[in-house]
This record gives sequence, structure tokens and C-alpha cells, in this order.
Amino acid sequence: MSDDTILLDHGSGGLASQELISGLFLKYLDSPVLKGLEDSAVIDNQPGKLVFTTDSYVVDPLFFPGGDIGKLAVHGTINDLAMRGGRPLCLSLALILEEGMPLKDLERIIISVAQAAKESGVPIVTGDTKVVPRGKADKVFINTSGIGVVDASLSLSSQNGTPGDAIILSGTMGDHGITIMTRRAGIALEGDLRSDTMPLHRLVDTILDRYPDSVRTFRDPTRGGVATTLNEIAAASSLTIVLQEEALPIRAEVRAACEILGLEPLYLANEGKCLAVVNGADADNILELMKQQDEGKDAVIIGRLEKGKAGRVLINTPIGGSRVITPLHGEPLPRIC
Amino acid sequence: MKYIDEYRDSSLVKPLVEKLKKSVTKPVRLMEVCGTHTMAIFRNGIRSILPAGMEIVSGPGCPVCVTSASHMDAFIAMAEIPGVRVAIFGDLFRVPGSHGSLANATARGALVEVVYSPMDALELARNNPEDTVVFLGVGFETTTPGIAATILAAYHEDIDNFCVFSTQKVIPGPLEALMQDPQLNINGLLCPGHVSAIIGAGAYQPFVDQGLACVVAGFEPADLVNGLILLAKQVGTNTPQVENIYPRVVSWDGNRRALAMVDQIFEPIDMEWRGLGVIENSGLAIREKYQKFDAQKRFDIELVPTEEPKGCLCGEILKGQTVPPQCPLFGSRCTPSTPVGPCMVSSEGTCAAYYKYGRDS
Repeated sequence: MSDDTILLDHGSGGLASQELISGLFLKYLDSPVLKGLEDSAVIDNQPGKLVFTTDSYVVDPLFFPGGDIGKLAVHGTINDLAMRGGRPLCLSLALILEEGMPLKDLERIIISVAQAAKESGVPIVTGDTKVVPRGKADKVFINTSGIGVVDASLSLSSQNGTPGDAIILSGTMGDHGITIMTRRAGIALEGDLRSDTMPLHRLVDTILDRYPDSVRTFRDPTRGGVATTLNEIAAASSLTIVLQEEALPIRAEVRAACEILGLEPLYLANEGKCLAVVNGADADNILELMKQQDEGKDAVIIGRLEKGKAGRVLINTPIGGSRVITPLHGEPLPRIC
Repeated sequence: MKYIDEYRDSSLVKPLVEKLKKSVTKPVRLMEVCGTHTMAIFRNGIRSILPAGMEIVSGPGCPVCVTSASHMDAFIAMAEIPGVRVAIFGDLFRVPGSHGSLANATARGALVEVVYSPMDALELARNNPEDTVVFLGVGFETTTPGIAATILAAYHEDIDNFCVFSTQKVIPGPLEALMQDPQLNINGLLCPGHVSAIIGAGAYQPFVDQGLACVVAGFEPADLVNGLILLAKQVGTNTPQVENIYPRVVSWDGNRRALAMVDQIFEPIDMEWRGLGVIENSGLAIREKYQKFDAQKRFDIELVPTEEPKGCLCGEILKGQTVPPQCPLFGSRCTPSTPVGPCMVSSEGTCAAYYKYGRDS
């Protein structure tokens, strides 16, 4: 095996591990806390409540239009913190590498992690690397955990929904899911399909800064899509959600790809969008504020919470009919004809 | 999107919906034959706006749903042969046989790949010369020409490690047999759009001769609502005929070139349909000249008779004799995550459609 691939030695904890850490990881990840190479990171005491989350990333392909597994691992965990109103402080980065993985791919991923962390203003402060024999993992698996702080007075939760609340979607849906599915299947479709991966903590912070009492919750509709997340919100708040199909923001390219493959954008993953459940009276103002931010420029009010059967999501179709929206069951599969 | 947006335009469809509400002069009991129609009707909320006196039942037109459990068992057995890599359309992955599904076989180490075209399966064979790639052919006239073209390509390229397990089926014959069932009491057919692109709208003339109203329609709201209006009119005025309102895709004679290619590769065979039993000449087998691409012959796979799962009403549902909520398993033991019968698995299955869009609405 040549020098430009990952070897089992790289995870041994010995010299090769040290070389990987200093020659690659510390070259790009420049947090002073990380550079200390201590067993754990010490974080200064923060005012407020702590928010803590973890997520693992196993996406295939590793690189896709609009992002890669590294960027996803940073944004995904930042967004999980942000959805509870947390201001992200720092992240951990744990890698499980498959023996034989090209080093240049790993370098590309670490550069991307570093760039995403820098742009988000959330440093990687601790990390770990393991290498498993070829065939025991698929190139690279990443886990990131994150710590943030939230104002002591804030308590965002899907249980807070109240009849009359509006549901704002921060932008178009399905972009990430359809990009990955078409890439994975090797389907070349015309048009610009790109993952929407991006951090949402600044958007959330801007809204909470102005309207701390009007936001019931934020949720990021990742796997399972908007449909599944809305079902969770409807169930947690024991209310019915009524959506307007014509309001749903879907890019033309995404809609076309979904038509071809027999998929519904409502069930596709998003990695840079949030659903905001807000007091109906302030909804228009919050929407305007959201649209002024880059992350929320395509935001739309897609529906409302209403009294009705607990946990039900209905959609009014453009022709005046209605139907039920259930959560996703299993992976979305393309149909035969 | 051209050919889609204009047929979804609510300013066009809403007046049609008003017209639909006034269209019924006699009780109309229709069957939508095709699974994509089943789904499109639910997805657009058309069931919630049907006028009194109009009823729609779903027919046997979901290819996954009519695949027999013994065929599923044979597919799974095939996938578990060492050195075999099975290629499927996505819907088939979770369909239960009598002991688990292809998804369970994958967990045990079988190689199952989801493809979007049979040509992709041939590409898999080219890229994996050490494996034999078996494409599981499940579908109607819509998918058969693509499979025929793929077999022809494999024949001309002399590719040895590719074959097809054909359970391809045809629509008109079995539908005619189904219509003989006096319990059904159907007076009109919403005829399939994509199948008709191949076989042509003329294929439904025999149904008109039996007194059935027939409209070939597309899948967008304007297509569907207009189709229902015309069917109600034909029934109301007792003027059955084949009306083709999907001329942007369907012609009277169909796609002759595709049909010729199908005839070159396949020959009619008696085929078992889930819920309907064995129907004469309703399936397609690979002709002798191309038998090296016939997976059943290559691997000597025998079909073992199986029993339908206890309590499952897929058979009756496929015949339009009952609706999913009447099934004791529906929504409890049988859900899209844990399907018992095939109508719950395919995104186009009647039970999946009721579960996904129609439950308690």
C-alpha cells in the first residue's frame, strides 16, 4: 500500500497517528484549545443553560454538489444546537477511517471541516481518529458533538405549539435529499441540483433577538423531510397542522427530478432549512426579518396550527381538495413507472 | 415544467372541479386501473371532492402489488445465490415473500442494487464481470420495451453475465377477465396513461363493446378531473366509447416500434397474479432464441406455491371488491414500514395510497 492512503498504523496511537494529527488535522484546524492536544477541552464557564447534541455522518457519496461530508458534519450539529435556541460554542470531531482511504480525500474533508467551522465561528476543540480494516467501514464516518448556550429564560420546544401559530419554512425544500439520491444513483439530470447545507445559528439568533417571546420552536427538517418533522410537531403540540400546497417552496430543478423519480419533496432531507413555529400575530414580521437574512431569503409561511385531531397534518391541494400527510416510512424509494 | 404546470394550474382546474360536481346524472362506479392514477387521485385530494353518486375503486395496475408471493420467494432465493447480484426497481425492495423481503436478504449479505433503468443493470454487469447480474423484471407494458431493448443490447454485445427474471405482465387481457366478475359492477374505466402510450388507446375498444365507458387520461389534476367528467357523461348518456384525453403522450395505435421489439424478445405465457390467480397468456417469457438471458432457465429456479398471509385482503382489494380500511390488518399489523401484503409496499399500491393520503380524512 502506498503512502498516500490511510493505513491501520494511522489509528494506532503511535508515530503514524502523531504525523496524521500534526501534518493534517492541526495544519487546518487551528483552534488553540485543540492544538494543546490534551485529553479533553476545557471550556470557560458560560452564562445561561447548556445545550448539548451529537450526530454521526455516513453520507455516500462523500463529495456532492454544494458540499461534502465534512461541511455536513459541522453544519448539522451546529443546526441541532441552534434549533433549541443554542448559540454554538464548540464542536468535537471524531473520525472512523477505512484502511485504504485516499489521504487526499481525507485532506479535502478536513479542509472543508476547517472552513465550515471558521465561517460559522464555531471551533473544533477536541477530536479522535480510529482506523478500521478495509471493508469494515465505508471510507469515512464522522461524528461531531456540539455544546452551546441558551438564555436561561428561553425554552423552545415542539410542545409549545398553540392554535393559530404560523409555520414558516426558511427556504426551498428537498435540495439536499434529491442531490444525494441522484448522485448515488449515478443519474445525470440537467439543471443545478445542489445540497442546501448551511449553518442556521445566525438566522435563529437574529429572530430570537427580536422576537424571543413569539417563537415556539425551531426544527430542522433533515431526514424524513418537512412532512415527518411537521408530524412530530403536530403530535408534540397535540394539534392539527394545515398546510397550503401552493405555498410550498420547491425549486423547479428539484420538482422536475422528483417527478422523474417518483419522489415527493416533502419527504426529502434538508440540511440548511428550518421550520419556525411562531405566534400567528407576529408571523408576517418574523417572515420579513427572515427574508432579510441570506439563510432565509426564500422563507414562506406554509401553514398553521389548528385545533383538531392531535398529531394530524393535512394539506389543502391547489384544486380545492385535501389529503393527509403521514410521516416517512422507510427510505424513499423510486417507483417503477 | 412544460406539460405539467399547465395541467396543474388551479385557474384551469377549479372550474373543472365545479363542472365535475354537476356531472353525475346516473350512479357512476369507476375503476382506475393504474397505480399511478391511484396515487395521483389521492395526492391531489380528488377523493375529497367527488360528487355524490360517483365512486372510484382501484384496479390491479400496480405491478409490485400483483407480483405473487411465490415469485417474491424465487427473487429472494435468486439474490442469495453466491455470485449473483440482483438489480431491481426500488419498489420491490421491501415487498414481502412468504419469509421476509429482499431487504432482509440484503441484511444477510445478498447483493441487491436499485436501478432506474434495465440498461443500468446491464452496466452493472459490464462493471462487475465476476458476478452474474440478474434484473428482476416486474412491470407492465410500460417497462417491457426497455427490458426488451436491454436484452437485445446484451445479445449484440454478447454479454454473458447478465440475465432477466421476467414476471412482466400485460394489462388488457386480465382486465377483461376481471370485468367478467358480476360482483364488480363497474360502468367505466379510467384507462392507464403510460401503459396506453405503448399499447395505444385502441386497445380498450373491447371494453366499450362490453358497454364500459373508457377514458385514457394523464396524471395531472386537469387530466384526472376532466377524465372523471367525461366518464360520468358517457355513463349518463349511455354512449360508451374510448376517449383519449392524453394525446400529448398516447396515440390510438400506440408505439408500434416498441411493441415489435417486445414481440421479438418475449412470448406470452400463463402468469400468476397475486390475488387473481393464474391468468392465461397474461405474462411474458423470454423467447428461446434469447434464452441465455432467461434467469429462470439459467439458474433452474422453481416456483414454490405459497399461501397468502392470513387475514390479508390484497386479493379482494386488487379486484376492486373491497377497500383497504375494511382489511383487519390495515393500519395495525400492516403499515408501509411493516407491510404484510404487497398493496402496502409499493408507493402506488392501493393500501399505501389509503394509508399515506386517505387515512381518517
